[in-house]
Amino acid sequence: MEKKDYLWLYRKMLEIRRFEEKAAELYLKGELPGFLHSSIGQEAVPVGACSVLRPDDYIISTHRGHGDIIAKGANLNRMMAELYGKRTGYCKGKGGSMHIADLDLGILGAVGVVGSCIPIANGAALAAQMNQTGQVVIAFFGDGASNTGAFHEALNMGATWSLPIVFVCQNNCVGLSTPQCVHQKIKDISVRSAAYDIPGVTVDGMDVLAVRAECKKAVARARSGGGPTLIEAKTYRYLGHFVGEPGTDYRTKEELESWKRKDAIDGYKKRLVQEKIAGEEELTLIEAEVEEAVRKSVQYSLESPDPDPREALEDVYIAG
Amino acid sequence: MRTIFFREAIYEALREEMLRDKRVFVIGEDVAEYGGPFKTTKGLLQEFGRERVRNTPISESAIVGAGLGASIVGMRPVIDISYIDFTLCCAEQIVNQVAKIHYMTGGKARPSLVIRTQGGAGRSSAAQHAQSLEALYLHIPGLYIVMPSTPYDAKGLLKAAIRNDNPVMFIEHKLLYNEKGEVPEEEYLIPLGKADVKRAGTDVTVVATSRMVKFALEAAAELEKEGVSAEVIDPRSLVPLDEETILNSVKKTHRLTIVHEACKRGGFGAELAAVAAEKAIEYLDAPIIRVAAEDTPVPFAPVLENFHLPDKNKIVAGVRRVLE
Repeated sequence: MEKKDYLWLYRKMLEIRRFEEKAAELYLKGELPGFLHSSIGQEAVPVGACSVLRPDDYIISTHRGHGDIIAKGANLNRMMAELYGKRTGYCKGKGGSMHIADLDLGILGAVGVVGSCIPIANGAALAAQMNQTGQVVIAFFGDGASNTGAFHEALNMGATWSLPIVFVCQNNCVGLSTPQCVHQKIKDISVRSAAYDIPGVTVDGMDVLAVRAECKKAVARARSGGGPTLIEAKTYRYLGHFVGEPGTDYRTKEELESWKRKDAIDGYKKRLVQEKIAGEEELTLIEAEVEEAVRKSVQYSLESPDPDPREALEDVYIAG
Repeated sequence: MRTIFFREAIYEALREEMLRDKRVFVIGEDVAEYGGPFKTTKGLLQEFGRERVRNTPISESAIVGAGLGASIVGMRPVIDISYIDFTLCCAEQIVNQVAKIHYMTGGKARPSLVIRTQGGAGRSSAAQHAQSLEALYLHIPGLYIVMPSTPYDAKGLLKAAIRNDNPVMFIEHKLLYNEKGEVPEEEYLIPLGKADVKRAGTDVTVVATSRMVKFALEAAAELEKEGVSAEVIDPRSLVPLDEETILNSVKKTHRLTIVHEACKRGGFGAELAAVAAEKAIEYLDAPIIRVAAEDTPVPFAPVLENFHLPDKNKIVAGVRRVLE
């Protein structure tokens, strides 16, 4: 890794954190319609994963997908504008937080039904395989999704066809309000890889370099025709299931605090400084740039027009 | 002109489109050597190979999801769900994902796929293998629905469906596969969203779908002997629906009978009746009558199944009611 790669990881995690914090703040002020499912705390997983992807590789994501999408290179202005429901948003205000897509960046979309994105990810991998493009797909999903039929069907299909895909489970220990220990007997979701005869690995999802290392292996395996890998990254979401839901009905303060002590961004910053990979000043500069970029995305959104109401009737079908 | 089986018309459409466009491929259960339960894909494997004629595990959600994912990055899959009853296993992918992805992404994702399936009763396949479920998908914005009734229509419509970027539910009928009909050798397409007046008439409009078109034509022939001239219209596409052709007919005949094999309650007939009542009430001289299956699951024993289903006599009776 070069210095710029290390700095990219820091910048991207911070972009996600600051974007999500700003979005949550705006939401609680009543400025954003609908729901927000915040990924604060989980930043290291998508950033570590996307850091080893080519620009023409694909990702697919979930209702908690802002971090995944930012890590893949999404434009913060268009993302924030989509949260506001503006015409300039990624989906012209038609999709909202849970359905942001940018096919030019290889972002197949965020899917709002738990588990349903995984079969779709297989399809993009299938196309890559049929066309021999060498592209790889990463499917992001959570521990909740690992119990759905869609997960099992998709893993079996991906394994059987040796599709160029990496299944990355962001295990944040809870599915909505149901802790992992209540919704499944297994402790490590990665053990399920054996059921499909593919490699499976559990990694510390609060360590961006560890995530990156495992994803690098898995992506290389997929790209060379070696088929899928199931990577389970153990992580935690600091906020509730959706912004405004405290998450305290079903989780203890002690548990939350113990994970915050392992914060991915704080930990990584300390490491960069201690190992003299980067200096405090240049990191502070990145922090300022990220804050400015997030602030600009809000400005962009406020200055953007709403869609024309009659646009609600457009894009149901494709003309011609 | 040559006559071929409906099943062969489907095969020819698939083969021609696969030859024409490398992005077209077939994916589903038992589509390869076996050729599907109704042998519609038999022979494609030998010509196009295993990559493009792809057997899957029994995993309907994964099958449709894979087709969707492939389509939005540029492929044109023809997804085979062998019984429409099984589409309920992947209805989430069809309804929440396929139907909505174009809209939710603000018009960016193009789900250029066809879901080929079949339904219908008449040979004791029983309740879980004999349904007509088009009404479920009719209700979902974003899906096209095509129901061919003849080999000619099947071939032209399937080719058009494959070339269309909208997701198309292409619903065949298990008892039509062995029906023969005239099909030209030369290439042709039939536009989606265009109805076909299968028999011109003046006294009553009979709109019929899928296998019921055959019975409606038989009923019309019988009614002719009594001096009743029935106009039989086959919508061919339920979505987009050719309202103009149907309503022009109603304005001419002043009477409407709708025939479908699906259960009466909430069927396509209910939707069409509402459209006609809303847009042509002043032209109607009689209530709109629907001839449809009984609102029960499809029974097994032939005598029960026959009671369940519409037939020529029930259509004749239905037309008589609007003529009273």
